[in-house]
Amino acid sequence: MNLTSRTRAVLAVVASVALLAGCGGGGDAASDAKAQTINLVGFAVPEAANKAIQAEFAKTPDGKDVAFKTSYGASGDQSRAVEGGLKADYVHFSVGTDVDRLVKAGLVAPSWDKGTNKGIVSTSIVVLGVRKGNPKNIKGWDDLIKPGVKIVTANPASSGAARWNALAAWGHVTQNGGTEAEATAFVDKLFKNVVSLTNSGRDATTSFLGGTGDVLLAYENEAILAAQNGQGFEYLIPETTLKIENPGALLTKHAPVAEPWIRFVLSDAGQKQFALKGFRPLGDRTLDDLGITPSDIKGAQNPKDPFPEVEHLLTLEDFGGWAGVKDKLFGDGKDGAPVGIVTKSIEKSGKATQ
Amino acid sequence: MTTESSTSGLTRTSGIGLGVTLIWFSLLVLIPLTAVLITASEGGWANFISTVTNEQTAHAIRLTLTGAAVVTLLNVFSGTVIAWVLVRDQFPGKALLELVIDIPFALPTIVAGLVLLSLYGIDSPLGINVANTEASVYLAFLFVTLPFVVRMVQPVLEELDLDVEEAAASLGASRLTTFRRVVLPSLTPAIFAGAALSFARGVGEYGSLVLLSGNLPFESEVASVRILSAIENDNPAGAASVAAVLLVISLTVIVILDVVQRRLASGGAPTKVTVGGGGRG
Repeated sequence: MNLTSRTRAVLAVVASVALLAGCGGGGDAASDAKAQTINLVGFAVPEAANKAIQAEFAKTPDGKDVAFKTSYGASGDQSRAVEGGLKADYVHFSVGTDVDRLVKAGLVAPSWDKGTNKGIVSTSIVVLGVRKGNPKNIKGWDDLIKPGVKIVTANPASSGAARWNALAAWGHVTQNGGTEAEATAFVDKLFKNVVSLTNSGRDATTSFLGGTGDVLLAYENEAILAAQNGQGFEYLIPETTLKIENPGALLTKHAPVAEPWIRFVLSDAGQKQFALKGFRPLGDRTLDDLGITPSDIKGAQNPKDPFPEVEHLLTLEDFGGWAGVKDKLFGDGKDGAPVGIVTKSIEKSGKATQ
Repeated sequence: MTTESSTSGLTRTSGIGLGVTLIWFSLLVLIPLTAVLITASEGGWANFISTVTNEQTAHAIRLTLTGAAVVTLLNVFSGTVIAWVLVRDQFPGKALLELVIDIPFALPTIVAGLVLLSLYGIDSPLGINVANTEASVYLAFLFVTLPFVVRMVQPVLEELDLDVEEAAASLGASRLTTFRRVVLPSLTPAIFAGAALSFARGVGEYGSLVLLSGNLPFESEVASVRILSAIENDNPAGAASVAAVLLVISLTVIVILDVVQRRLASGGAPTKVTVGGGGRG
């Protein structure tokens, strides 16, 4: 009797474990059967634009009855989640290194950035957010290192997306005839003026809107979207700035419907939705090409010219891609490698104030 | 049957209970913690040392631990006082206060961060601006750890027999002596358990302070932000190294608190009050 009840207890445990395992398996089978679902994993910024594109895609024959499962978060976190097994058909990240991680894991084809769009699905530029009326009279990068100017930026050490900001500042010197030593000195001074190093671009905006600092290192699309949401701030475009290029890629194992989806994202119809949310149209498309007028883009600093031409627009390619700057500027000294220049600037900035 | 269970030292029910406890505990705590230590060791000893002795990281760890310790000490006093007021005093709005105490528990930490930023940031309506300073870390810790000591001490205080205090008073003990010799010894285990929780929570805190602290290196950057940086740099061994240091220190502090608490408890409590396992944090 004693033995039987014990056996029964053991059986019950075994049965419940089997049941749990069965549930897990069942869940997978169900999602496989529904091939018309696209799992979209992206970084937080383009969520609104992607939603609008989904709605438009649903109106096309390809997109009829396609369901979306979306997940948004910090670019690096999302990339690591997919590497760790989060189901994805299509990924949309802030920086190419986050896709490279998936290439290394064998989840994305190495040729992902070989198409005409070079793997890029959305673009913007680095801008400088300022207080109303620009009381500190900020005109460009050089004004940021003046004493007494307080800067808010996301932390390039902990936020991959924030590296666009730091790279723009670096490029402002190196791509305008300056030496690397001069660029290092510039970045040192810049970070000495930083009063808040948040962990994401969103947090930086929140902190700036909460009253911290005189200047916010921001992205044009974020500034426009913030204004659309009634949280706008004045911003200006420095003479030299960096083009932000956000990659998008299909995983090697994807639902068939993901292919027309990424084509749609890259099409005029897809780019139109990005433009309406503040992203610059991909390639040399004009707003006319997309069938919209400047006034359709709400929240831009200059409603007549929402995406003014930049005098000296740098691209990642000028620096040899992320591979050319990742360790050099942002390395954390892992495995005895030299510490990155920006990483060092951040460290120095703290010591100076001690 | 009786002999069987007595040889194993456990009745069948308690055996099953122990089994479930161990499985539960292993799955949720032991295995993940071991994984952290293993990941930390993967980078090798040299990498571990260089990670945790990196000046910026070391400062962040120091700030985190000092912050957690100072805040815990404050909580021991303020938490006990708040619990005392909640149990012994009658005043209008008491029920509301009871409710409000738990808000730091219930609030998502990032919301707490927003609240703190708007109250104690640059546009502070109270005129207190600690944004982007070391003080902001202490403030955020204080906020999220407030309920621990209160909620540990409160039920013990409620159970405490007033007769004993009256007896002490009738024998000529002053109020202070009564508190020190009669009440406090009964509360000690609960206070220490609350302190352990408060310290551990402080060490791991992240969400509530990221907006307010500005994460400035050598100023207001806490250890969890350094862990995040290491992860962003695809350096899980570095991240785990910092985590391992925090883990070992937290564990040590909790054990020390437990030992001291037992010493004190056995040292002369006239009334034996059972505290439901709280002291074993």
